[in-house]
Amino acid sequence: MLLLQIDIAFIIEKLILATVILLGSLGIAMYATWGERKVAAIMQDRIGPNRAGPLGLLQPLADGVKLFFKEEIIPDSSTRALFILGPSLAMLTATMTSAVIPWGPDYVTESGRVIALQVADINIGILFVFGVVSLGVYGVMLGGWASNNKFSLLSSIRAAAQAVSYELALGISLVALLMMTGSLSMREIVEQQHGFWADGYFTWNFFKQPLGFLVFLVCTFAELNRAPFDMAECESELNMGYHQEYSSMKLGFYLFAEYINMFISSTVIATLFFGGYNFPFMDEVLASVGPLLFTIICVLVLLTKAIGMILFFMFVRWTLPRFRYDQLMKLGWKTLIPLALFNMLVTGLVILYALN
Amino acid sequence: MNAYELIFWLLTVMAISCALGVILSRNPVSSVLFLIATFFAVSGHYILMNAQFLAIVNIIVYAGAIMVLFLFVIMLMNLNADTEPQKNRLVQLAGVVSGGILFLVILAALKSSTNNMLEQTATDIGLIKNLGKTLFTQFVLPFEIASVLFLSAMIGAVVLGKKGEEEPQTPKGA
Repeated sequence: MLLLQIDIAFIIEKLILATVILLGSLGIAMYATWGERKVAAIMQDRIGPNRAGPLGLLQPLADGVKLFFKEEIIPDSSTRALFILGPSLAMLTATMTSAVIPWGPDYVTESGRVIALQVADINIGILFVFGVVSLGVYGVMLGGWASNNKFSLLSSIRAAAQAVSYELALGISLVALLMMTGSLSMREIVEQQHGFWADGYFTWNFFKQPLGFLVFLVCTFAELNRAPFDMAECESELNMGYHQEYSSMKLGFYLFAEYINMFISSTVIATLFFGGYNFPFMDEVLASVGPLLFTIICVLVLLTKAIGMILFFMFVRWTLPRFRYDQLMKLGWKTLIPLALFNMLVTGLVILYALN
Repeated sequence: MNAYELIFWLLTVMAISCALGVILSRNPVSSVLFLIATFFAVSGHYILMNAQFLAIVNIIVYAGAIMVLFLFVIMLMNLNADTEPQKNRLVQLAGVVSGGILFLVILAALKSSTNNMLEQTATDIGLIKNLGKTLFTQFVLPFEIASVLFLSAMIGAVVLGKKGEEEPQTPKGA
């Protein structure tokens, strides 16, 4: 029985890459929880975590150990299977997007073997991201419903309505970007933003699609359920939100999935709008340091951009107060969607008349 | 049996068993979840046919948006197995007869078809570039008419939604 006619080395390479990406995003998400507390502390003139390890650096480990050893409680009136499925789905959808992100340029080894720093270069890359985002809402919805608690149900329905509403504007703002690049493949989009300056204009999409970026950014906040749009865990109205009945590591998964989502979304934003792993004068750097070091620099550049975005997410969370639910819906349907449509129209006109 | 056939049969078993799960499970929420799993299996078939765009759009639109709205309604109505109204015998009989007729039609169609398994084709028509070109050149009129249909459905939904809001105000004017 001949199963797969694929090179074994190829499979091993992809497996290693996927494992490294998964562990890397878990690690960054772990330290994002620490970073969030430090950022909050600095902005509120406090010290923040400082007991576990130097600067409180072991705090995420302590939190993880605490969550693992807590008593696991599954309410009697809950739907058991779905109650467990909820956090699992949240975690699954959070980590799935990382498969199509190009983490660095192709690395060619001495023997001429091309190693792509991307798990899957599919020609519908962006649509894959979009599909996973649209599935992300199930984790929250199922968890909230299966808890059999009215607060949880209300909160999960809010979260789902919010996610579905903002997906529209997110999609339309992406359409304008796709019209500029003419490709759905993430790698192709990054390659087009090579360097920083070419033909008398910036190459990064941020400078070509400022309005599209703004709409995309606001929608990302809503999709992530992050402040100022964290309706799903609005303590003052809904106690704790959809994860009220959860305890132990299942609660941990829900909380952790938010940070993984934040890291992956930051990477997607960096890839789509800020040139991914491209940086100014990259050709000169490649010529002077050689391909291996260059690849490492590229990956580090992408991570720096992503971490910058994460910090931005944190600053916003501790600066802006939470929106009211009707304001949120009004912003989504009556401001962002018309803005995104306008942006799409202008982009189409510019491509049709100015660039041709 | 090569890898292609293996994946084909796995997806087929998954699609049919999940479709059975939709109609056999007591709890409406699990019915919806089985339906979502069915969509995933069907999307897998699309990928086997090299129609990646169709596969991902099937997931985005059906699994990601329409099923969320389904879940919404079911969760808000709080349907449970014990609150489900008992249908009378006549309705049950009608259901069995019409379902049986449909089954017969499908059986007849399958019997006359020659190849019972999907051919492994190397067409590129399912790729987004070719699909877009075909839609916007060869089939541009049907495509635009379909979009007008969607627009009218949207406007209809807005009109229906507005009605409930305005009703309390009408006594003032009248």
